[in-house]
Amino acid sequence: MTYVSHADLGGRPTDEPVKPEPEGDPFHARWEQRAHAITLAMGATGAWNIDMSRAARETLADYAALDYYGKWFEGLLVLLRERRLVTVGELAAGRALEPASPLPRVLAAADVAAVLARGAPTERKAAVPPRFAVGQRVRTRAAAVPHHTRLPGYARGKSGLIERNLGVHVFADAHAQGQGEQPQWLYTVAFSEDELWGARATRQGLTLALDAWEPYLEPA
Amino acid sequence: MSDHHHDDHEDHSELGAMDLRVRALETILAAKGYVDPAALDILIDTYQTRIGPRNGARVVARAWLDPAFRSWVLTDATAAIASLGYLGRQGEHMVAVENTEARHNMVVCTLCSCYPWPVLGLPPVWYKSAPYRSRVVRDPRGVLTDFGITLPLTTEIRVWDSTAEVRYLVIPRRPAGTDGLGEAELAALVTRDSMIGAGLVRAPGASA
Repeated sequence: MTYVSHADLGGRPTDEPVKPEPEGDPFHARWEQRAHAITLAMGATGAWNIDMSRAARETLADYAALDYYGKWFEGLLVLLRERRLVTVGELAAGRALEPASPLPRVLAAADVAAVLARGAPTERKAAVPPRFAVGQRVRTRAAAVPHHTRLPGYARGKSGLIERNLGVHVFADAHAQGQGEQPQWLYTVAFSEDELWGARATRQGLTLALDAWEPYLEPA
Repeated sequence: MSDHHHDDHEDHSELGAMDLRVRALETILAAKGYVDPAALDILIDTYQTRIGPRNGARVVARAWLDPAFRSWVLTDATAAIASLGYLGRQGEHMVAVENTEARHNMVVCTLCSCYPWPVLGLPPVWYKSAPYRSRVVRDPRGVLTDFGITLPLTTEIRVWDSTAEVRYLVIPRRPAGTDGLGEAELAALVTRDSMIGAGLVRAPGASA
């Protein structure tokens, strides 16, 4: 089965300008507020994890056409339908028709502040020593993978330097696929613009860093 | 600073298609007991009024004023920022990066729109947009031009692509002529965009 992410935008050719926006209300319509809040509240139920949410959004066929909270809303619908928490018939009717399914938790109003303050830390205890040391040269995985991943396309098969060891973190690739946390060492890896872009480099003194889990990396 | 209130759109009496769809889903989720409507109201209020870029501005001002705090935030940003009360969701693992004459930092999430919520709130539209995510990793100076900023060619531009659960906060350069200003006055100069690296700090006395 193929997996297509429409969200991997780094380096895509475009002449479209970036349009600055004044600091102010982060929402531009009332439905955006509600869509944001119900997505957070449903995320807090434990029916899925954040990596599954990202996978649901990035694989939306109309990703490019949706605005940001539109992506959140459509991604939420995918997650709800997949788990039969909400049915297509209910969405069409605009009301509940089926009995509720049990959820691990429900976010109560009284708990919102504490749940937000706790967040969802992804760092875990190390079970094995790190494979790479700061300053070591590594090469990123060149192949595409048929599932959610956090190695951007523009950084595949590139040589970079380990700049920082960030500890052991929940591995997004496994977590998104429902394979558990499978924590892995996470590193900040720095790249030169020539390495990333070759002839397309703008030669303007750019260096780029991203965070890569150990399975993305091989010694170079 | 332009204040953008909801009155702009809530004056419209007719509801759009998205209003209706979101409202319908919320009705279903509430009826099934999956969400507590009162919790939704608190979530909205939190991200509209309590969590936003003024939090980050306070972190920056503190780093400018207090060398020990600056050193702490640059070595253990999560703990240093939490000491001011900013922590939790989408800021669980923080790294602060400092702008200098030699290096200007810019933050992006090319794969979605990861952003340090506890210190900056929810991201502006441009941060989530395809042009920003596409261009900044290859042509950051072109993007800075869109923000009216030109930096010397001798300054390295370091772009941080937020690909994991670490969130980045840029500590912008303190402008000249700010000696003697207190934390609140300094924080007022710190723009949201300057903490993403897409803007600079306002000069003292410049209009907001």
